[in-house]
Amino acid sequence: MSATGYVLEYHLVNYRRTWRSSALSSFVLPLLTMLGFGVGVGAYVRGGIGGVPYLDWMVPGLIASTAVQTAIGESSWPVFSHFEWLRSYWAQAAAPLRVGNIVGGHLAFAMVRVLTSVLAFLLVTTAFGTMHSWWALTVPAIGALVGLAVAAPTFAYAASIHSDSYLAILFRLGLVPMSLFSGVFFPVESLPVALRAVAYALPLWHGVDLTRAATLGVAPAWSIPGHLVYLAAWSVAGWLLARHRFARRLVE
Amino acid sequence: MNDEPLIHARGLVKRFEGFTAVDGIDVDVRRGEAFGFLGPNGAGKSSTMRMIGCVSPPSGGVLRILGLDPLRDGPAIRAKLGVCPQLDNLDTELTVRENLTTYARFFGISRKVARRRADELIEFVQLTERADSKVEPLSGGMKRRLTIARALVNEPEIVLLDEPTTGLDPQARHLVWERLFRLKQQGVTLVLTTHYMDEAEQLCDRLVVMDGGKIVAEGSPRALIERYSSREVVELRFTAESQESFADKLTGIGERVEVLPDRILLYVSNGDDAVAEVHRRALSPASVLARRSSLEDVFLHLTGRTLVD
Repeated sequence: MSATGYVLEYHLVNYRRTWRSSALSSFVLPLLTMLGFGVGVGAYVRGGIGGVPYLDWMVPGLIASTAVQTAIGESSWPVFSHFEWLRSYWAQAAAPLRVGNIVGGHLAFAMVRVLTSVLAFLLVTTAFGTMHSWWALTVPAIGALVGLAVAAPTFAYAASIHSDSYLAILFRLGLVPMSLFSGVFFPVESLPVALRAVAYALPLWHGVDLTRAATLGVAPAWSIPGHLVYLAAWSVAGWLLARHRFARRLVE
Repeated sequence: MNDEPLIHARGLVKRFEGFTAVDGIDVDVRRGEAFGFLGPNGAGKSSTMRMIGCVSPPSGGVLRILGLDPLRDGPAIRAKLGVCPQLDNLDTELTVRENLTTYARFFGISRKVARRRADELIEFVQLTERADSKVEPLSGGMKRRLTIARALVNEPEIVLLDEPTTGLDPQARHLVWERLFRLKQQGVTLVLTTHYMDEAEQLCDRLVVMDGGKIVAEGSPRALIERYSSREVVELRFTAESQESFADKLTGIGERVEVLPDRILLYVSNGDDAVAEVHRRALSPASVLARRSSLEDVFLHLTGRTLVD
């Protein structure tokens, strides 16, 4: 097993202590949102969107959004706390691990959390009959990619701050607007042009568009390679930045 | 068995933006030795330890650990080091045992061996009764012992201890000393920083005194005391406002007279003779204390009495 694997194992052992509460919250919240918006609001959306019922249209957006919420949740406070409160990254740096192992192992754990959340949600929404295509099987991979595209830069951000009030800023000015304006609840085409540009620039919309194409079995608004390359670019840039920020703190 | 030093530094420098923390030090630590870095806060002890621990690249000079270059072979060196940092960084949500087993995995130790070693080390640091309780509610002394146990989980060749007993109460401190002394007897090479003189005298075979990033003295505790202090020290307290006025009357007693705001120190070879001489000169101090000279006298002599923050 590789050094990165040992770090992942460490985070899994830690997770054994808290998995019940965290699994519940990362699962119950999207479920309630689905019922509240999809079934409740959906009843007022006559004729659905693009020819499919509102619930079926919204569910893939919610899955991508869940991936992003879980990814940012796992890479904000946890990373901050491993630096500022537990100081456990320094303990890891004293062992024969490289900075890349420390970042990679923790990032891999965040991806485990993203994947399990997406899978659980996918199963439940399938039971609601919202999956129209076998392409839905690619949804976990899409979720992991969009999760990585936000988790990696969030790792870099959380490694660069010394006060957790900056995390609140990230959630209020980053995560919440991104979740509202990325085509999860309504098509981005109904946004003013300026806001639409913001939605295109952020990772979530690309994940939403891909996931929706997969679950409904339709063509995405953008080219598939375009989406994949764009999300990969966020992931790679985030990873390089995160490794750099970690090295600045741990090896000085 | 080669006699190459385990740690070898020549002209070692660590510069941070705007200041030089370590300013060209030469150090050799041999196998089985207990070696100490002594110095006031900001002397460069911790920066030196971090360079030896291969988590801080040197800015200049030569550094070899176990014959390897930290810049190139960091992970290979760290695999053979045990590190007990100044601030505990245990996993407070995990149990005592899990702290050891998860850390052992970072060294590629199998789960089975990790469990066996955890059991042995928990016994060694006397935490058997708390083996399966969470770390968070443990006392400072227990946490420090667990940190030391964690530093031993890979059976290291060198154990680095950065102020191992700072902040512990006397009982806890003595227990830690006793365990470290046991390690030393087992032949483990110990490198520690401290500003407790009694700690250095108890544990170190050899030590260097650092001040302002430089080494200002080097030797065994005994040799340093002989060289920079006298065999004994007599402390005199006079009731008068100023101790200064008595200093003249004491000249010629012993090797050196030091006047402090609240007392006068006489550095002498024989305390009792010196006290007799003080009385013969018809001086009557309010209190007299003749004691063995300690590393503290050396330390204060070398690094000064000004408070360093």
